[in-house]
Amino acid sequence: MKTESVLEKVLASGNLAVTSECGPPRGAVPEKVKEKAELLRGCVDAVNITDNQTAMVRMSSFAACVLVRQMGLHPILQSVTRDRNRLAIQSDILGAYSFEIDNMLCLSGDHPHFGDHPQAMNVHDIDSIQFLQMVKGMRDEGKFQGGDDILNPPKMFIGAAANPFADPFELRVARLAKKVKAGADFVQTQCIYNLDKFEQWMQGVRDRGLHEKVYILAGVTPMKSAGMARYMKNKVPGMDVPDEVVERMAGVPKEKQADEGIKICVETIERLKEVEGVSGFHIMAIEWEQKIREITEKAGLYPRPVV
Amino acid sequence: MITAERKPLEEIMEFVKPHGRILLVGCNECVTVCSAGGRKEVGLLASALQLKFMKEGQTLDIKEMTLERQCDPEYVEELAPFSDQVDAVLSMACGCGVQEVARRYKNLPVYPALNTKFMGASERQGVWAERCQGCGDCLLGITGGICPIARCSKRLLNGPCGGSTSGKCEISPEVDCVWQLIWDRLKALGMESRYEDIMPAKDWQTSRGGGPRKIIREDLAE
Amino acid sequence: MNQFEPVIVAFCCNYCAYTAADMAGSQRLNYPPNVKIVRVPCSGKVDAIHILKAFEKGADGVYVAGCLEGDCHFKNGNTRVARRVNYVKKLLDEIGINGDRLEMFYMSAGMGERFSQVAKDMTDKIRHLGPNPALKASTLKAQKAVA
Repeated sequence: MKTESVLEKVLASGNLAVTSECGPPRGAVPEKVKEKAELLRGCVDAVNITDNQTAMVRMSSFAACVLVRQMGLHPILQSVTRDRNRLAIQSDILGAYSFEIDNMLCLSGDHPHFGDHPQAMNVHDIDSIQFLQMVKGMRDEGKFQGGDDILNPPKMFIGAAANPFADPFELRVARLAKKVKAGADFVQTQCIYNLDKFEQWMQGVRDRGLHEKVYILAGVTPMKSAGMARYMKNKVPGMDVPDEVVERMAGVPKEKQADEGIKICVETIERLKEVEGVSGFHIMAIEWEQKIREITEKAGLYPRPVV
Repeated sequence: MITAERKPLEEIMEFVKPHGRILLVGCNECVTVCSAGGRKEVGLLASALQLKFMKEGQTLDIKEMTLERQCDPEYVEELAPFSDQVDAVLSMACGCGVQEVARRYKNLPVYPALNTKFMGASERQGVWAERCQGCGDCLLGITGGICPIARCSKRLLNGPCGGSTSGKCEISPEVDCVWQLIWDRLKALGMESRYEDIMPAKDWQTSRGGGPRKIIREDLAE
Repeated sequence: MNQFEPVIVAFCCNYCAYTAADMAGSQRLNYPPNVKIVRVPCSGKVDAIHILKAFEKGADGVYVAGCLEGDCHFKNGNTRVARRVNYVKKLLDEIGINGDRLEMFYMSAGMGERFSQVAKDMTDKIRHLGPNPALKASTLKAQKAVA
């Protein structure tokens, strides 16, 4: 065990872990964070708090993590290199750990082009892989990136994102290898609709023994409507939604589409359980957090194990 | 070369309007190559400004000159005989040239006619693209001769990110994903194994991050 | 009442457009005296500065006449100048002189009628658009001075 993290304990015990996601509000409204997090209580082992998702300003991930931790839940601090340099990142990590937040996800972040401040300078002092190296160095060597010693070094359980569906496909296993080498303890994948492609990636991952070096949480997202399926297929970079999925959603009447989306999500989880190397699930139900309980129940992932 | 594009005429007019006599100076190097501020463009801008003034029922006294470069004091000195015959200078050089003219002719307002853009190369006639950001510590030897600092939208040194789609960057289908290009080049060179070497966090002190930079050659500087 | 008679400068390529003008002449086809022809070896020789200077020096309208697409004696002079003409049209809009005062036409050496028609059409169009606004102001000033 590298940390005291509950998420690490669940994974280390051999149970399938479940994480989900909470987007902080576009204003100083702490109640919204608490409402969403409350819906997840008991359904997940840890919850990602996103960081200025799609380059739109939201309450800081750090602040929202503190609110969630104070509710007795376990947040995963998502942090993007787009918005802060290495000083600010290390500073945030010290702060977060001081509030008993001990999980984090090291990301590059969506380009400001997509967000509400396209005029902003993107920082990228370091990239996501250098970020992983830095956090690992803080934890295992007790040193800042610049080399000085840290008082009470933060013991973070370190996560990264993995996207088996982005191009070029032939690099995607090597990319995971790089992240593992840099220090990732766990990864969460982009949401999976194309199971064949995912299984192809996992084969490559297993061939290199990476599934034994890093915990892989398979990402799933329930579709709310056929429109959402089409949007994700055509407008979101790095997303692979096969035609059959869109057709299946479009094939049922509008009032039934949300239920069909949940059905597909649960079926996907069941199929992913059979894939060797999958250690858990990252269920992203953005603005639909109330469905997490239903999904975890139907997929046999509820209640969460006590470790 | 350093690339630039002419500012909108409206903006240039605002600079020039209060002055009756202008010295319009072009540069024979980079801005000539990217067709923004060479002899030809000086002639065109002079004519365009004259037409605009004529529309208001006025005329503008414009002297047209093109220097070999505006970033060397020896050439900037060539403007000296005209400095008391004009009320302002409109420079069609890159930002470096504009500043050197301003530095030498302290009593004349010096305006930029161009927006300096980037250090780049010609992809083909009429098309120039960004290639170098002057980071001060060149890593082209490791990345197959393609620069991720200048050409990756997120400056990733260990790319690509998860937004790379069909060889294009997530921000636009017109922008190549440079990490796709680097990977293709490494494959062509038989150097795929390099890909998994982790490039450590960059020291930005050699770049703009360390402050405005200077090179001093002790053997050349008096 | 003096009707405004526009001054039009037509840059005509030697191999096609100028020959077409000759053809119009020998066929006794009239074209307006407003059109002043400037013969060039190839329409591609016409550069942006020639067009702007024409407007500066008194033209109300300008056109470039070259060979039919694919027939340029110098291979692609006509396609190059067509791109330039589009560029200068935008520049003229930026200056405030209306890019419609500049056009590109294609014709072959035998098209006397086309030459004549183009000259008439362009003259009518410019007459309708009125005098070059860059000249209007100084002309008005001159008229006031005389009055």
